[in-house]
Amino acid sequence: MSELLKVENITKIYTNGFVANKDISFTVNANEIHALVGENGAGKTTLMKILFGMEDYQEGAIYLEGEKLELKSPLDAIHKGIGMIHQHFMLVPSLSIAENIVLGIEPTKASFFDYNEAVKITSDIAKKYNFNIDVTKKVNEISVAQMQKVEILKALIRGVKILIMDEPTAVLTPQETKELFEQLVILRDSGYAIIFISHKLEEIMQLCDRVTILRKGRCVGTYNIADMTEAKISRLMIGRDVELKFNKKAKQAKNTVMEIRNLICVNDDGKRVVDNVSLNIHAGEILGIVGIEGNGQKEFSEAICGFSEYHAGSVRFNGVDIKGKSIRELRQMGIAHIPEDRMKNGCAMNLSVKDNIIGDRYFSPQFRKFGFLNSKAINRFVDQCISDFEIACDNRNQPVRMLSGGNIQKVVVAREFTSGCKFILASQPTRGIDVGTTEMIRKLLISMSHEKDVATVLVSADLNELLEVSDRLIVMRKGKIVAAFPTTQGVTEELLGEYMLGIKTMTAAEMEDLL
Amino acid sequence: MSFSEAIGTFLFSIFRLSTPIIYAALAACITKQTGLLNMAIEGIMLTAALSSVVFSALTQSVVLGVLFGMLAGSLIGGIISYANLIGKTELYLTCIAINLIATGGTTFALYMITGTKGTTFSALPSLEVPNIDIPFIKDIPILGTMLSGHSILTYFAFVCAFLVWLLIYKTRLGLRMRCVGENPNAALSVGISVTRIKTVAYLISGAVGGLGGAFMSMSYVTWFSRDMLAGRGFIGLSANNITAGSPVGATLFSMLFGIADASANVLQITAAGLSYFVKMIPYIITILGMVIMEAIRIRKGLKFKDQVVRKAIAGTANEKDLT
Ligand SMILES: Nc1ncnc2c1ncn2[C@@H]1O[C@H](COP(=O)(O)OP(=O)(O)OP(=O)(O)O)[C@@H](O)[C@H]1O
Ligand SMILES: [Mg+2]
Repeated sequence: MSELLKVENITKIYTNGFVANKDISFTVNANEIHALVGENGAGKTTLMKILFGMEDYQEGAIYLEGEKLELKSPLDAIHKGIGMIHQHFMLVPSLSIAENIVLGIEPTKASFFDYNEAVKITSDIAKKYNFNIDVTKKVNEISVAQMQKVEILKALIRGVKILIMDEPTAVLTPQETKELFEQLVILRDSGYAIIFISHKLEEIMQLCDRVTILRKGRCVGTYNIADMTEAKISRLMIGRDVELKFNKKAKQAKNTVMEIRNLICVNDDGKRVVDNVSLNIHAGEILGIVGIEGNGQKEFSEAICGFSEYHAGSVRFNGVDIKGKSIRELRQMGIAHIPEDRMKNGCAMNLSVKDNIIGDRYFSPQFRKFGFLNSKAINRFVDQCISDFEIACDNRNQPVRMLSGGNIQKVVVAREFTSGCKFILASQPTRGIDVGTTEMIRKLLISMSHEKDVATVLVSADLNELLEVSDRLIVMRKGKIVAAFPTTQGVTEELLGEYMLGIKTMTAAEMEDLL
Repeated sequence: MSFSEAIGTFLFSIFRLSTPIIYAALAACITKQTGLLNMAIEGIMLTAALSSVVFSALTQSVVLGVLFGMLAGSLIGGIISYANLIGKTELYLTCIAINLIATGGTTFALYMITGTKGTTFSALPSLEVPNIDIPFIKDIPILGTMLSGHSILTYFAFVCAFLVWLLIYKTRLGLRMRCVGENPNAALSVGISVTRIKTVAYLISGAVGGLGGAFMSMSYVTWFSRDMLAGRGFIGLSANNITAGSPVGATLFSMLFGIADASANVLQITAAGLSYFVKMIPYIITILGMVIMEAIRIRKGLKFKDQVVRKAIAGTANEKDLT
């Protein structure tokens, strides 16, 4: 195996004095998928931005095939053969796939942009690497998985040899992940080197050849995957054992909190995305909703907590119909929500940790004095949250956008879990979150429902999470409930997969008492 | 004047009055592609108008006069983009400042050059951009009066609309401009300099606005007078805003404002008392136009969704599978 990239003693200090990378060294070979792991905020993205010329560094050197690199901009990196697929896609929605791919290296004819040629060269390269996409489609019409392919093609067409992928699977369904992995293996075998960042250790065990572990900005070491286990990696990553298996007490049936009858949601195309769903959710239980993304889980769960609208049927929360209630009223009734998109709906990115935490309760008498905000009470409360939920921030006034992904999620969780709720919807609560924080969030979900009798709905793309955390499960497909399990005992991922894909379906009679 | 002649003259004036608005709208359209509102278009055109007069008088060349108008426009475009993109000043405040500076600055320059504060009328007569008679068409009643005999710059306004359309949709630069406007990160990720594209857009926008300014002082009239733009730049800006950045739409809406302007002029003669009210018409149309367009859009959206929902609920189940 030939050594392609060598990183030597890289140190990066952000302008605010934060040391994000300290003395990091590792190498990447051709024909290798190299994993990079570490907790949220360990400095993975920072390191990759350095390799891609997006951030400068204070010390150290980068060598590509023995040649020392001076990367001033992403363009330099691309010219040298280093490409990066970002955590957040960098595409232009109203342009076609072909136009997005050739952007910056557009073919021209008689000094005009040659669209036909663009279509030709992009579909050629898509075919070459077995990417099944129609390059004339607009980016705003395609799925997230396809957008990712567009990003990969964008890098390939520029002739990169090293492909950096920052949490590419965070937004993919299991099926899409599998397809992506097949493609990455093809690329690896045709000589590319891939640097792969993920928080899902089982993916790393499955896909990668070697792993470099970062911890608090320092490099712990590089290891052969063959010599590692998930437990070993996570121990090196966070310095303790992580327990993602939980001992749950058997739950006893409690009163119904949420009563959903014949719920229908219709999307803009006139399709019933939630199709006549009836369900009861009880105090003290965690109901997991399983399904391939886009089968109505999102619409259903958001409709029952009043976040999005529904068009027929009824939702009663503790006997009260929620139709037409404002979010503030619903929150005061005891409904909490950890939204799927924490950047957009979970937090106000430019506001401080403090403002985000008290955003839903600044008006309560507890935080007011003579009609003004009571800073003392607010600060005491927020500081308590920061220490209880282990939010890593400089202080309560730091803008949320400066925190790492995991800590942003902790801010959301801190607000929702301290809201005194009786019902909580957790949508993809651990997506893109490191194992340590994942453990904490899952534990919190379980203790909230089992000790404080909160009714919880968990929507997740992670089957393992659903099986570990939930008390009972339903499977949604095409907007309907196609299976229900009163307990997770004996339920396997394979079995769930069969219901998710529609290979099996339960009859209404079979599910009679389970909803 | 016969009736058909009167109609013809009225229609003629629509084109004449639309011309500066079209240039303003096109100038706004160009920066809009990169996501920036060129609110300084009024100031750009005013400065260009003065520059055209001065340089055409100085060089005794029509072409150089127009060119210096465009150059002045580009210069201001450059100043705005430098201040906004390099100096990181607030764009809108910068534009407002530019407009105010243009008003004061042109008057000051006028005074320095001619010693008067009103117009360059007597001191510095400008050359005139030639008017063109179109053979054959000019002899057709009404149509001839309407279409023939306009300034070259009026005809060029429509050519310019086509050129801007070409630029935006058919060239590399246009593609990059749209990309920068929609997702600057996408541009960055492939090594396109956002600052450079935005600057280029401002320079071109300034030049197009400059043509409008040159028209004002070398065709519409042949002198410069203070505040001679009288809001035409802003009207062009709103014509472009209504159409959400399409050059063809912007041109058509500019014509609509031209019609309003022409009607106001006619009414001003017949009903002098109403004249000030009538002068308001284009502005009222701007606001009403925007409100109505938006209201229609929302209403249509709601109604459509409503129908779709009713139909879906009436049906028994999903007929088509989710794919
Ligand atoms: N522009 C910045 N200025 C100051 N500090 C920053 C900046 N960007 C990131 N940081 C800090 O640097 C640290 C490392 O961030 P980085 O994004 O590299 O983490 P990460 O390992 O990618 O985490 P995650 O798994 O959440 O994506 C974090 O603590 C973050 O708060
Ligand atoms: Mg990261």
